[in-house]
Amino acid sequence: MRIAVIDESAGRAAVIAEGLNAAGLTDNVVITERSGLLARLEGLAPEVVLINLENPSRDVLEEYFTVSRALAKPIAMFVDQSNEEATAAAIDAGVSAYIVDGLSKSRIKPILDLAVRRFQAFSKLQRELHEAKSALADRAVIDRAKTILMARRGIDEPGAYALLRSHAMRTNRRIADVAEAIVTAENLLGDHP
Amino acid sequence: MTLDRIRIGFLPLVDAALPILARELGFAEAEGIEIEPVRDMTWATVRDRLLYGHSDAAHLIAPLAIATTLGRGRPPAPLSVPFVLGLNGNAITLAPALADALNPDGGLAEPRAAGKRLVEMVRARNAEGRRIRLGVVHRYSSHNYMLRYWLAECGVRPDEDVDIVTVSPPFAADALAAGEVDGICVGEPWNSVAVDRGVGKILLVTAQVWRRGVEKVLAMRTERLEDSRDLVHRLIRALHAAAAHFIEPESVEKNAAILARPEYVDGSAILIRRAISDRILLANDTEPVHVPDFMFQYRQGANFPWVSQAAWLYSQLVRWDRIPFSEADAAKALRVFRPDVYRAALKGTGAPLPGASSKLEGAIASEIGAGSTQGRLLLGPDRFFDGRHFDPDDIGGYLEALPG
Repeated sequence: MRIAVIDESAGRAAVIAEGLNAAGLTDNVVITERSGLLARLEGLAPEVVLINLENPSRDVLEEYFTVSRALAKPIAMFVDQSNEEATAAAIDAGVSAYIVDGLSKSRIKPILDLAVRRFQAFSKLQRELHEAKSALADRAVIDRAKTILMARRGIDEPGAYALLRSHAMRTNRRIADVAEAIVTAENLLGDHP
Repeated sequence: MTLDRIRIGFLPLVDAALPILARELGFAEAEGIEIEPVRDMTWATVRDRLLYGHSDAAHLIAPLAIATTLGRGRPPAPLSVPFVLGLNGNAITLAPALADALNPDGGLAEPRAAGKRLVEMVRARNAEGRRIRLGVVHRYSSHNYMLRYWLAECGVRPDEDVDIVTVSPPFAADALAAGEVDGICVGEPWNSVAVDRGVGKILLVTAQVWRRGVEKVLAMRTERLEDSRDLVHRLIRALHAAAAHFIEPESVEKNAAILARPEYVDGSAILIRRAISDRILLANDTEPVHVPDFMFQYRQGANFPWVSQAAWLYSQLVRWDRIPFSEADAAKALRVFRPDVYRAALKGTGAPLPGASSKLEGAIASEIGAGSTQGRLLLGPDRFFDGRHFDPDDIGGYLEALPG
């Protein structure tokens, strides 16, 4: 069974393909380019197409499935009424699936479940990466604010941190936000070049 | 006061203006609503988010609301349209050489004259084995129906003589530039983007094909609409107020600046300002010209969901999907448009409310007064370019008389 994975995020597409390979579905092809998409699909003649929900080619793809005479069997969106729940889960995860007519449900379900799990895992990874990045940025700005306070107030590092923390608590803000304000003020008002 | 949140899906187009302005200028807040816009790049995704509850309502191409209800291309899911977000606002933009060939004098073309030249051009191109290829934004779009209406009436068979392909609005100018298509029928600002880049010239605007053609609608799942009627009524009042504001000449500058922002259309405020003030640059070496009723978002009951509009859209769906006319489908299609909800929402406000829910489309030659249950309603010219009338009670007869 040939599966096409269409995603402009090469990273996510790789994560999906890896999952398919691990499940023994090795006849899969990843397409990340928007140009020439239809010609490639025509050559591949996939039985299942997985595409990320936000992909800008979805309308073009749906029209192709509607009119193409190149594909032996018509492909339609995976929204068999009896599979509403699976479709909803897929849409929630950010993936839509198109399946060739006549493919049995028992063969489709595991693919869709796998895609959903992989999409969710990818989102989680991205979120964690984003959080890690902003934690790093927070630490840098807090360090900078401490240095400013130490120089301006003539206090030591624990004293500078205590000052930041108490001000944050009093004003109900994050320490990083207070630090950011200090750094901004220093850049605007400070006597540095 | 806590605000009720409504998520509204939209595509980056000028005619997504009303929900955006309702949010940005306080019309929603005045009704106790916070609109959360959900931006997407394809109609398929706007539709799916609506059907699976990622959004509560959507800025949608009107024919797609009907096709989704009838289950064209997917299992049926009933949608309701309680408010029309605007009429027309689209154009047919061709590669400069083709535009010049069809319209040697420049300016806005005359639909019949340009169509006559197109017939010749199609014949010549097909003899050379180079079929003319035209892009529309979706199979179930008024762009597709308007383009095909014009082609067919001029003697070009849309499915046999040319290729009509799907191009999403944000990529329409690129497709023209790359030579993937010879022309596009798309909404603003994407025609103007093509003109600005020198890769296209505007031949016709869709208002020339049908002066009062229904374009984008506010669509909701019928179940969702019925479950929250009070909220829907408040949303309609907010959108109606936004529409009244939208057409004020003195607000054009500010509205264009809002729409141009990255989270909305993400485009040039200059191009957007031209579109919303009906001043269109047809070719990049010319001056903008005034195109009356290019976009029509408020006056003359423009936001009223006329059942006869739904009927016309259904007639075109039957015509171009080449399926038999069915009384049962027609009834379902007609019920998508909900004048009852519109009336209930605006009762007691100053908005004119038509007495009838359906009208003979294309029959008004000059401005006339129309029966209303509230306010004074005027209806302006609504002609189709071929002079045909559409009687919603005789869809079958209408279809028989149209060229295949």
